[in-house]
Amino acid sequence: MNHLSEEELTMHAYGDAENGARVAEHLAECAACAAEFARLEKVMAMMQRPVPERGEEYGEAVWRQVRAQLPDDEYPRRFWSLAEWLMTRRMVAAGAVAAVVLVAFLIGRYTGEKFPPQNPMTAQVKERIVLVAVGKHLDRSQMVLVELMHSEPEKNGKVNLAEEQEQARDLVDANRLYKQSAARMGDANVTGVLDDLERVLVEVANGPTEMNQAELARLQQEIQSQGILLKVRVLGAKVKQESKRPAANKKPQGRT
Amino acid sequence: MQEERKDAAVVAAVLSGDREAYGELVRRHSRTIFALAFRVTGNETDAEEVVQEAWMKAYRSLSRFEQRSNFGTWLYRITMNCALDRIERRKQGRTVAIAEEPDPEQNEVQLVSDAPDAERVMFSGQVGERIQKTMETLTRTERAAFVMRHMEGKSIEEIAAALGLKTGSAKNSIFRAVQKMRHALEPMMATR
Repeated sequence: MNHLSEEELTMHAYGDAENGARVAEHLAECAACAAEFARLEKVMAMMQRPVPERGEEYGEAVWRQVRAQLPDDEYPRRFWSLAEWLMTRRMVAAGAVAAVVLVAFLIGRYTGEKFPPQNPMTAQVKERIVLVAVGKHLDRSQMVLVELMHSEPEKNGKVNLAEEQEQARDLVDANRLYKQSAARMGDANVTGVLDDLERVLVEVANGPTEMNQAELARLQQEIQSQGILLKVRVLGAKVKQESKRPAANKKPQGRT
Repeated sequence: MQEERKDAAVVAAVLSGDREAYGELVRRHSRTIFALAFRVTGNETDAEEVVQEAWMKAYRSLSRFEQRSNFGTWLYRITMNCALDRIERRKQGRTVAIAEEPDPEQNEVQLVSDAPDAERVMFSGQVGERIQKTMETLTRTERAAFVMRHMEGKSIEEIAAALGLKTGSAKNSIFRAVQKMRHALEPMMATR
């Protein structure tokens, strides 16, 4: 009978032997290997070293020491990125809600033509409600953007954006919903506008409540350079026009 | 999973310039990496320094951290490398000292006094000292693989992935380390 090798015994002790069943079987039958294995296990047990305890407060103590050594300018302060915001748990919850509402939105807005509902008035009312909601959303977004563009620092050199921030937070989820539905319908134009808008809303919603002049100027520059205000205004006007048009005159939707 | 999402979000906040957010990561993971650092270096003083060094290195490399991966695993690797580097430096320092004083007795004294005596005694006395000495004879890969498998209970696959080895090579490194440890410790067992 071939005895087990030291490597087989070692790996078996860790439960990593490729042929674990055969090794176990052999150990049950071979007294010499069983004795060798017992000895190995004993010496392996000696190889453990207890780690000195570190209490709950240890992390805080380490942080105090590390903090004092961190360079100041490694990662300059900037507004929160969309990617960062997407990673928050809030986004997960908002996404779940948006998905539900999105289905309702798509049914109401886009399938009415192909599959006339039993009660046409209900479909029209539903569609109008959605259009009105989108119009209001764009109106509110426009107002926030206008306020931001006209904000000026106080005497202390800071501007308080608590109100705009609160509004932006409210608008972000709805915006994402509308953007998703536009994307699903392949409407690149609307998707693009809502995407630009969302980026600004997210930055405002998650940025500092108080901004200094430079931060504010940077935000205003971003809004201005992308022409977001104008785009939102144009899209808002189109949506309003659509929502006021009599049902009989309506063209099939899905592209603007 | 939840915690990892949180870690990733905190990393993003730090990269956005929120330096204080880094404290959340430090508070959350320091105990874990201290244990690893201690297991590799064998003494508290070195382990404490490795912990700080790892956090500093992680901070500077944070922009290279891929959000899809696990922050804890990433930090673990950094800590392991810092700990292994520290042992290398310690060995190099000792080589210089031995070369300066070739007296075998001095040599022995230096080896023993390499880490604070009180700590060594506190942890595991003679056995701990023997383990520590033997650990220092292991290659870098053997030491890392052994600590991860024997002391940290990582799987062969995790070890292979962390050290960039094939599973067979990881097993082989562990076996060689255990073999060296066994040869060092078995005589002590016989005298008990």
